[in-house]
Amino acid sequence: MPGSPHISLQRNSVRAVMLKVLAALVPGVIVHAWVFGPGIWVSLLVCTAFAYLFEALALAMRNLPLKPFLTDGSVLVTAWLLALSMPTLLPWWIYAVGMLIAVLVAKHLYGGLGQNLFNPAMVGYAALIVSFPMYMNLWPAPVSVASHTPNLMEAFDLVFAGQGAVSPDAYTAATPMDAVRAHVRAGGRAEEIARESFKLIGKETLVLTYLLGGVLLLATRVITWHIPVAFLAGVTVTAGVLYGLDPARYADPLFHLVTGSTMLGAFFILTDPVSASGTPRGKLIYAGLAGFITVLIRTYGNYPDGVAFSVLLMNMAVPFIDAHTQPRVFGEARGRRGGS
Amino acid sequence: MSAARGRKLYTFPGGVHPEEHKAESAGRPIAAMPLLPLYVVPLRQHIGEPARPVVQVGQQVLRGQMIGAPQGYVSVGVHAPTSGRVVAVEPRPVPHPSGLKDLCVVIEADGEDRAIDMTPLDWHRMDPSALRNRLREMGLAGLGGAVFPSFIKLNPGARRQIPILILNGAECEPWITCDDRLMRERASEILIGAAIMRHMLGAEQVLVGIEDNKPEAIACMTAAAVGSDVEVVPVPTVYPAGGGKQLTYTLTGRVTPSRGLSTDVGVQMFNVGTAYSLYRAVTFGEPLLSRIVTVTGHVASPGNFEVRLGTPVADLLAAAGGERPQATGRVVGGPMMGFELHDTAAPVTKAVNCILVKNAQLFPEPPPPMPCIRCGECARACPVELQPFELYWYAHHRDFGKTQAYHLFDCIECGCCSYVCPSHIPLVDFYRFAKSEIWAREREKQAADQARARHEFRTFRLEREKQEKAEKLAKKAAERLESGAVAAEDPEAARKKAILAAAIEKAKKAKEAVQPKNVDNLPAEVQREIAAIEARRRGGADEPEAAATARTTPNP
Ligand code: SF4
Ligand code: SF4
Repeated sequence: MPGSPHISLQRNSVRAVMLKVLAALVPGVIVHAWVFGPGIWVSLLVCTAFAYLFEALALAMRNLPLKPFLTDGSVLVTAWLLALSMPTLLPWWIYAVGMLIAVLVAKHLYGGLGQNLFNPAMVGYAALIVSFPMYMNLWPAPVSVASHTPNLMEAFDLVFAGQGAVSPDAYTAATPMDAVRAHVRAGGRAEEIARESFKLIGKETLVLTYLLGGVLLLATRVITWHIPVAFLAGVTVTAGVLYGLDPARYADPLFHLVTGSTMLGAFFILTDPVSASGTPRGKLIYAGLAGFITVLIRTYGNYPDGVAFSVLLMNMAVPFIDAHTQPRVFGEARGRRGGS
Repeated sequence: MSAARGRKLYTFPGGVHPEEHKAESAGRPIAAMPLLPLYVVPLRQHIGEPARPVVQVGQQVLRGQMIGAPQGYVSVGVHAPTSGRVVAVEPRPVPHPSGLKDLCVVIEADGEDRAIDMTPLDWHRMDPSALRNRLREMGLAGLGGAVFPSFIKLNPGARRQIPILILNGAECEPWITCDDRLMRERASEILIGAAIMRHMLGAEQVLVGIEDNKPEAIACMTAAAVGSDVEVVPVPTVYPAGGGKQLTYTLTGRVTPSRGLSTDVGVQMFNVGTAYSLYRAVTFGEPLLSRIVTVTGHVASPGNFEVRLGTPVADLLAAAGGERPQATGRVVGGPMMGFELHDTAAPVTKAVNCILVKNAQLFPEPPPPMPCIRCGECARACPVELQPFELYWYAHHRDFGKTQAYHLFDCIECGCCSYVCPSHIPLVDFYRFAKSEIWAREREKQAADQARARHEFRTFRLEREKQEKAEKLAKKAAERLESGAVAAEDPEAARKKAILAAAIEKAKKAKEAVQPKNVDNLPAEVQREIAAIEARRRGGADEPEAAATARTTPNP
């Protein structure tokens, strides 16, 4: 016989939480399609389909009821985050492999919903970038600069039937991050290319949309301010210090804030509650360090972006961080508390 | 200066806003109950040692006559609710989460309702300890639900003075309105009770905290306080505003230490109903015989009733027009902290403030629990700033040491965490389970320590007997020698004797140490915990794993 309380907030559910996250992602998806072309719809579709396939498979293998877990929405969030972190217009099986690793390995091998140590979408992403670096570098060029942006039909063709008539050169471009690194290696000044690529891409709209989605999550209390603020601060401070040391070699903080997955990471990826720190102070440490590592990987590594690896590294540190940042309980504090 | 103008209020962390449902029962005045043919009076109605029955089957009793005498320090008397004949002293169903029976005195009313001679207490002039002793015999215990003996809380102890007295009229649990009605209808009497409390505690300041969803009660109490310096303070409506530590903080900004008492920060708190019963006890010399109970939910005519202690719940429900069709169960207390009542034959006790009848619309079956997603909703709702999901994790994995490191015993079981949890995990069940397991282990350890001490003492005793025998033999031998010159002082024997004496002393000490019998040394809250947990242990807390998580985490 279950005891008290005898009532609960019925409108709260795992599904409601996940749906809020998805809803907050929708503006980002739409703007993504506007900036980079309709390819994102295809990759979202492919990721979603394989997400449900693998989730159902895992549940069946683990003898779990399908309905509550297939409808909880968590696997959909994983699918969307992976799709939004990856280049569009890649062959379908790349997305399939990513989802396989995200769902079967990162989620269910660790015990399923709520048990995963690592963010499943980022595990999928990391596995892909290590296994298929060439594909993962095929970033679509923004519509504004591409010589040709595949339409929806062409996008389907590209994803399901291979390259076809259109050469990747026509619709892909080096990421700004790569451009800066190449430019610096060639003896140029980082800021030249950084400023330029930022202007060219015009993807500040996308960044602002993710920011808007983040504010939505904050307003609906799905996330707290700690992680986004600490992460963006970590990125800004680290990039700022480097930039201060040598503006010729390092991109400025603003560049880091608006490129890659910084905003998506700050509000949607690092905030995955299962794999993030669960204490207020822990969240600050976890996200702050992730911001720091992100900039280091971007600056010194060869990957297109540093968010995924920094998230995974910090996921690993969460149990340690949480154990050492337990908040003081009410009454444990000496002296009076502030209040009003 | 009775208005609460400008008092700075403090906001405690967390809290939730469940639907209030106060209107159902708050509208009607407190109704009297007809005299019933039968009353079932449990001897354990308070925290601490149950009262000891002092009547026999067949004996005639009068209203107010003591039928259970306090035994031990933390205990109070129990009294006959009406005149009649004792027909049984036996275990009967009682309102308790375990659903087990407990010793009750069953009284068949004679319908005359004759009372003992009651003499008012001259509280101004009485010796404080004599006054407290009278209150102990008269059965006064906290009516807010904790039923801690009032005479103990009215003892300022070594401090000689407790500067702030708080009357708790917050009544933050949804559905319950008994304090609301009492404050509306008997405000002056409550304040007389408060004046007596203030006198006994030497308090300088009296505050009455009432949630601002009870404007009528606030108005009545404020009106009654005119001309005194009692401050009636509306506090924001947020559950659990009426929790002891929460209300203390809201009103004074003083933080009761973790595992400590509000008296540690100079505050003593009583429920308004307790103040009212103190008023009756002192003014009329009347023991605690009745209390106000809310009957609400899925009943024909919800309301508040003045109920004699020992009234079977079935009769009380009948007074409220009976349960409506398709009732799905009854809760004793409120929906956040109350417990399921298994048998309506169980009587109303000092702890019963509400009978809440459930139906499927108002109290739907909770959805099946999902795994914890560490979303932190529970932590944000927890008024004690615990990390409920960590507690749950460790309780679930039976790592009880860790649950204690994560402050399990600071949990007040308010239910806020379970209430908000999107995974609908019965978190509080897990905390109750962990607490009862820990207490059980503690008791086992204590028993083992005692056994070891006994064993050691026995070894010492055998050793001593051997020694004494040897000494006797030596003495005899010496006497036989008769010369008397040799064995007058045997240094070896003297040394052994000294060792032995020390050993015996040590054994005695060890024995004392492992038998801390004087419970009065423990802080009241700890005692409360012990008692509550002990009670649950006796059958209440099932291991929640089976019920809840088997469905959710089948792959540990
Ligand atoms: S509210 Fe429930 S799901 Fe969320 S962290 Fe707490 S226990 Fe876990
Ligand atoms: S029941 Fe315990 S853990 Fe849960 S909110 Fe209340 S005090 Fe916190």
